[in-house]
Amino acid sequence: MAAIEISGVRKVFRNATSGDELVSLEGIDLAVASNDFLCLLGPSGCGKSTLLNMIAGFETPSAGTVAVDGQAVSSPGADRGMVFQQPTLMPWLPVWENVAFHLRLKGASRRARREAAATYIDMVGLTGFADHYPAQLSGGMSQRVGIARALLMNPRVILMDEPFGALDEQTKMEMQTELVRIWEHHRGTIVFVTHGIDEALTLGTHIAVMSARPGRIKALLPVDLPRPRDVTSPRFNDYKRHLLSLLRGEEAGSLPASLAVPA
Amino acid sequence: MFRSNGRRALRILVPLGLLAAWEAFSRAGFLPRNLLPPPSAVLYAWADWIFGFNHSAGSDSGTWLMDASASGMRVFTGFTLAAVTGIMAGIAIGWSRVAEASMEPTLQMLRPIPPVSWIPLAVIWFGIANKPAIFLVFLGAFFPILMNTIHGVRTVDANLVRAGAMMGGREHQLLRFIVFPAALPSIFAGLRIGIGSAWMLTVTAEMIAVKNGLGYVLWDSYNFFRYDLVLAAMASIGLLGYASDLAVKALMTATLHWQQSTTVQGRQG
Repeated sequence: MAAIEISGVRKVFRNATSGDELVSLEGIDLAVASNDFLCLLGPSGCGKSTLLNMIAGFETPSAGTVAVDGQAVSSPGADRGMVFQQPTLMPWLPVWENVAFHLRLKGASRRARREAAATYIDMVGLTGFADHYPAQLSGGMSQRVGIARALLMNPRVILMDEPFGALDEQTKMEMQTELVRIWEHHRGTIVFVTHGIDEALTLGTHIAVMSARPGRIKALLPVDLPRPRDVTSPRFNDYKRHLLSLLRGEEAGSLPASLAVPA
Repeated sequence: MFRSNGRRALRILVPLGLLAAWEAFSRAGFLPRNLLPPPSAVLYAWADWIFGFNHSAGSDSGTWLMDASASGMRVFTGFTLAAVTGIMAGIAIGWSRVAEASMEPTLQMLRPIPPVSWIPLAVIWFGIANKPAIFLVFLGAFFPILMNTIHGVRTVDANLVRAGAMMGGREHQLLRFIVFPAALPSIFAGLRIGIGSAWMLTVTAEMIAVKNGLGYVLWDSYNFFRYDLVLAAMASIGLLGYASDLAVKALMTATLHWQQSTTVQGRQG
């Protein structure tokens, strides 16, 4: 069974003052298998964040269904972890309390929270920062806390909305490597929204290429590249060329022979 | 640029300078001395009011602690009531559309009515005692606390609430663990305005509707031409008001320790 199943999803936003309707997503069918790392790649305004918000339960589809683990999504919930574009940490809580916030909501004792937090703080490479406050952390460190917070819930899927978008290039690359390491170690399904081609190719097992107005899935591309991925390799660049032509809206035709996945 | 020692000295030197100027002016005899008693005379009367060593403060001799604690108790009770109800109503109005629709118009209509204009009704309802004063203090402190709480709740980062919902938080948990702490900086701004109004209103109420407390002594001394005691009562109110603001501020600093205020120069202040 697929971890996430999206079928026939359409999303229409109605402008409250003018009454105009904007079709944000149209005819979205997508199945994400367990332990897949799917990147939703597309330009701004293609509805990729809207699609992610539907899986999260912040938005409801105007038509069609979104199911996680066979259950229709109706509201936000702890079976799905979310890492936001901004770190969205509680500024009044130290790192460990932020990481273990889910356990606080479940009424766990301070000791249990502290212990659980320590495991995930170590996992994201923030050992020694448990008692720091968010204001004392850099952007990259804050996002690590956000990732640890999502991992601690041990969710079926982790949803990431351009989590490295606000980071500088060096930190971004570091975080990508780290995320792949955690995903390989921890396993789990990740849906990662990005507008960066290199980022999608560095991270994903699959890339769903989206086009805008209305947002559609143009292609679902399995990425067959060895890890760690070498952004300078010829094969990486073959993929990149293919993705660029898809994004530019050229009739890319079928996948070049060099990228065909061996049967 | 003043270094921190210089600034600390200024905090003391300026009030001392003002007192010295007042003493000199008062002794120079431009005005009859009992109309503007010098600080030394005020201090003398004040000391007897506090310690009761020679009955120069008349019937008030030695009663300062009782008067101050009577006023302080009214401030504390009214302010605490206002804080609890103001914060709860503010969170409800800021969070829920239903609460907003049902409560906000009424409260906004009551808000512009000056608390002192409630005095006649307060006396009719509660008589001459603590209750009308506490009621007035409550009215004066409630609205600033309410308005600031509403503002704080409405400006909570929606993403924090989303993050909480995504971690399985139910509505009452989101309010308790996210909305309330996130609104605390605004709530404290309201509490600090509220404690200021609280002292103003307890003194006003004591002048009219109560028979003890600092405000009562102030008005009573005026009736007996004891302007030294009037001034001593004014100074007492100023000092106690300042002390209670410092207490609220200390509570705020301890609660909001996670907030790092940064000056333009990037120093932590």
